[in-house]
Amino acid sequence: MSLHRITLKNGADLDGFRRAVRWLMAEELAPQHVVWSLDEAPSLFGDDEFHDAPPVSLPRSVARLIELGVCHSDSERYALLYQLIWRVLNGERDLLEIASDPLVHRIDMMARAVRRDLHKMYAFVRFRRMQGELERFAAWFEPDHFILEAAAPFFIDRFRSLDWTILTPIGSMRWDRRDLTFGPPAQREDAPDEDSFEEGWRGYYESVFNPARVNPNAMRAEMPKKYWRNLPETASIPGLIQTASQRVDAMIEQEATMPSKRTPERALEAMWDQEPKTLDELNAIIAKAGPLVPGATQAVFGEGPKHADIVFVGEQPGDQEDLQGKPFVGPAGKLLAKAMQEVGIDRSKAYLTNAVKHFKFEQRGHRRIHAKPTNGEVKHYRPWLMKELELVRPKLVVALGATALLALTGKSTPISRSRGHAQFGPYRGYITVHPSYLLRLPDEATKREAYEAFLADLRRIHDLAEADPDTGELPLAAE
Amino acid sequence: MDEKLSRKLRILADAAKYDASCSSSGAGGRKADIDGLGSTTASGICHAYTPDGRCVSLLKILLTNYCLFDCAYCVNRRSSNVKRAKFSVDEVVTLTIEFYKRNYIEGLFLSSGIIRSPDYTMEQMLLVAKKLRRDHGFHGYIHLKTIPEASPWLIEEAGLWADRLSINLELPTERSLERLAPEKDGASIEGAMAQMFERIEEAREERRHFSPAGQTTQMIVGADDTTDADVLRKSAKLYGHYAMKRVYYSAFSPIPDSSAILPLKSPPLMRESRLYQADWLLRYYGFQVEEIAESSEQGMLDLDVDPKLAWALKNRHLFPVDVNHAEREMLLRVPGLGARAVDKLVTARRHTTLRLEDVARLTSGLKRAKPFLIAADYHPKAGLDRQNLRERLIEKPQQLSLFA
Repeated sequence: MSLHRITLKNGADLDGFRRAVRWLMAEELAPQHVVWSLDEAPSLFGDDEFHDAPPVSLPRSVARLIELGVCHSDSERYALLYQLIWRVLNGERDLLEIASDPLVHRIDMMARAVRRDLHKMYAFVRFRRMQGELERFAAWFEPDHFILEAAAPFFIDRFRSLDWTILTPIGSMRWDRRDLTFGPPAQREDAPDEDSFEEGWRGYYESVFNPARVNPNAMRAEMPKKYWRNLPETASIPGLIQTASQRVDAMIEQEATMPSKRTPERALEAMWDQEPKTLDELNAIIAKAGPLVPGATQAVFGEGPKHADIVFVGEQPGDQEDLQGKPFVGPAGKLLAKAMQEVGIDRSKAYLTNAVKHFKFEQRGHRRIHAKPTNGEVKHYRPWLMKELELVRPKLVVALGATALLALTGKSTPISRSRGHAQFGPYRGYITVHPSYLLRLPDEATKREAYEAFLADLRRIHDLAEADPDTGELPLAAE
Repeated sequence: MDEKLSRKLRILADAAKYDASCSSSGAGGRKADIDGLGSTTASGICHAYTPDGRCVSLLKILLTNYCLFDCAYCVNRRSSNVKRAKFSVDEVVTLTIEFYKRNYIEGLFLSSGIIRSPDYTMEQMLLVAKKLRRDHGFHGYIHLKTIPEASPWLIEEAGLWADRLSINLELPTERSLERLAPEKDGASIEGAMAQMFERIEEAREERRHFSPAGQTTQMIVGADDTTDADVLRKSAKLYGHYAMKRVYYSAFSPIPDSSAILPLKSPPLMRESRLYQADWLLRYYGFQVEEIAESSEQGMLDLDVDPKLAWALKNRHLFPVDVNHAEREMLLRVPGLGARAVDKLVTARRHTTLRLEDVARLTSGLKRAKPFLIAADYHPKAGLDRQNLRERLIEKPQQLSLFA
C-alpha cells in the first residue's frame, strides 16, 4: 500500500487536523500509511487531496488532549496524535487510562509542556502602556509552542475592559474591548520599551526578597532564564543574590537594638477601648455597613428605653418597618401591641428589636413580599444583636419565632419543641411564636386558640420580668 | 509612578514579606463583566519568583507598619526601630489596579500593623477592599489578614469582600504566645477562626460569597522550642476544627533590628521543608499525626530523608507493596510515589499489568520507591532489609541556602 501525505498549516492547525482525521478514518488508513508534513504557506489540501467526511466521535478526554497536543512545537505531533486516535477507535477506547503506555505517556508529556507554556504566558506577559491619550496596552512575549489562540480566552476574561495587544514571534492578537483579531508575527521593537510603573514594580520585587533564604535554583526551576529578557524585574536578580550574604551577616552581627522611642502608654490603653458604648454608637456602625442583601431602604434599629426589663426579638423588618425605619409597626407589630396591652405589658417600657436589621424581599409587581433570611444571614447580624443586649442589659429576653431563636442561640431549633422558659447565654429567656404566625393561620378557630396561647405566654413573660433576678421567685399570685 | 509612593511601597512590602502565604488559589473561576477588571483561576498564578525561590502572586503589603503590638519575632513590633510608613486607602487601590492592568499580580494581599485600635485598623483594610470591588469593579483576588482582636462584625464584613481570610497563629503554644506576643491571645485567635469557619461553610451551602477560598494560617518555626510533632499536632487540629485550606510554616529568619530575646541564626529551611512534606502526608496521604510523630526522633523530623521515607524505614515489615494488587491506601505509603502517580497506577492496572518500566514512566521518585515495591517483573528481595538502606537513599545534600 502506498503512503498518503497530509500537509497541514504551520502552527496549531486544529481544523486541518480534524478534517484530515475524518477523511483518514473514513478511508480506514492506518497510521503507518500516513505521512504528515507542515507547510509554511497555508494550503488547504496536501499532496493527497482529502475530502470532507463525517465527524468521528472521540471520548472527551481524547478530544481535550488533541486540542493541547496540536499546539506543541514537535513536528511529530500530528503523527503521534493520529496513532492515538487510531488505537482509541480500533478497540482501545480506554487507552488514555493506561498512563504508562509509551504513546500515551509521550502525548501526556507534550500536553503538559503546552499547559506549562500557557501557564507561563498567563504569568509572564508584562503589559506596557502605549503612548497616547487613550489607555492602550501592549506586550511582547516568546512562547515555546503554538499557544496564541489557546491563550486568548484567559486574557479576554481578565482584561475585558482594557484595550490590549500581545505580540509574539508566531503571531499577534489584539482585543479592542469588543473583538479579538489575530495578526502577523511581530518583533520585540513593535512593543513599547518602557512603562511608568515598572520601576515601582521592580522596587516591590526587590523588597519582598528575603536574603536569609536565598535559593536561586528554586527560582530558576519556576522562572527559567529564557524568560528573563522580557521580565523587567529580573534585572534586579544578580544584585540581590550578590548582596544577600552580606545583608544577612549584617543582621546577625548587629546587636539587638534598644527601642529609640518610649512605650506609648496612653495609646496602648486607648487601643482596647474600641467597643461601641451606647446604642447610638452601635446603630451608627450597623447603618454604615449597609444591607447584606441589597434592596432595603434603611436599617431598622431596636427601639425602647435603654435599660428595659424585657427585650423582644423578632425576625426582620417588614415592608412598613423598612419604610418608616421603626420596628414592629406593620400588621404583626400591631397584633403584638394589642396582645401586650391585654396582658398588661407596657409597650413603651419594653425594648423591641429584630434579629436581622434590614428588610429582605422579593418584588412581585408593585408588592414587596417578605423573604425569610437564611441561617448565614441571621448569623451575619448576630454579633450586633449580642452587643445590643449587652448595652440594654434586660432582665428577660423573648425570642419571637425561630429566626430570633437562631439569632439568640446560634443554633436552629423548631419553636414547637422549645416554647417556654429558656436561657440565652447570661440572659434569662422565653421562647414563643412570632405574631406574624398568628396572622397566617387559615381559619378563625385555630387563630383564636393560637392567640390565647400567645397571650398565656405573654402573661408568663410579664411575670418573669417582675420576678426576683437572683432567686427567680415570682411575685405573689403568679402562675 | 510617584517617587514618594515608590518609597512607601518598598518599606511596606519589606514589612509584609515574612508572611509566607502568597497563594491566589481556591477562588474558583470568576470573570469580570464588561466594565470590570480581573478574573480568578482555580489554582492561582505566580507572576514572578524572587531569588529565594518564593512565588510572587499577589501585591503583598501592609497598610502601615506602625504597630502598637510588641511581638518579639516581628520586624514591625512597636519597639523596633525600622523605618515606618503608611499608605492611604487610595494609594493601595491605585497600586493594585495599575499593577493588575500590567499583569504583574493576581490581586492584593493586605495586612496591617495595629494602629489606634484593632477595629480602626480592620475598618481601614475593609475600606480598601470595598473600594476595589465597588468603585473599580475589581474581580481579581483579595486576601485580607483578619485581626482577631477586632469586633466580630468586622470579620463578618471582611468575608463579604475577600476571597481568602487568614489569621496567623504564629506560635503553636499558648506559653510561647504569652512570652513572645504579649498582646495576642490564643483563645481569641481560635474564636475568630471558628467564626470564619462557620460562616464560610454556611455561605457555601447558601451559595453566597464569604471568603470562598477559605482561611489559612501560619506558624513560625524555630523562634521557640516547640517540637515538629507538636507543630504538626497543632496543624492537625487546625485542619480538623476549622477546615484550614493551608497551614503555612515559616522558618524564623533573622530580621533587621531584632529583639534581644530571640535566636539570631540562619533560618531552619530544611526543617521548614520537612514540615511541609509531613503536612502533605496528613492532608493527602492518609497519615495520622501520631504515625509521623512516632517515626520522628524525640519529636523532630529526620532532616536527611523525607518523612514518608522515614516512616517506611521504620515500618519495613509492611513492605514490599505490589503495584498490581495493593490497595490505594498502601500505595500512597510507598516512598517516592506521589498521590497523582498512585491514581494513575490504580487506573492503568485495571487494563494492563504493570512492569517496573511502566512505573518509571509515572513517577520521578523511582529510586526511592524501588526497595519498597513489587512489579510484574521486579521484586526487591533482600534489598529492603539492608542495614544501610537509609544511607543509600539519603538525597544528595542540596545547597538550600548560603548557610546549609
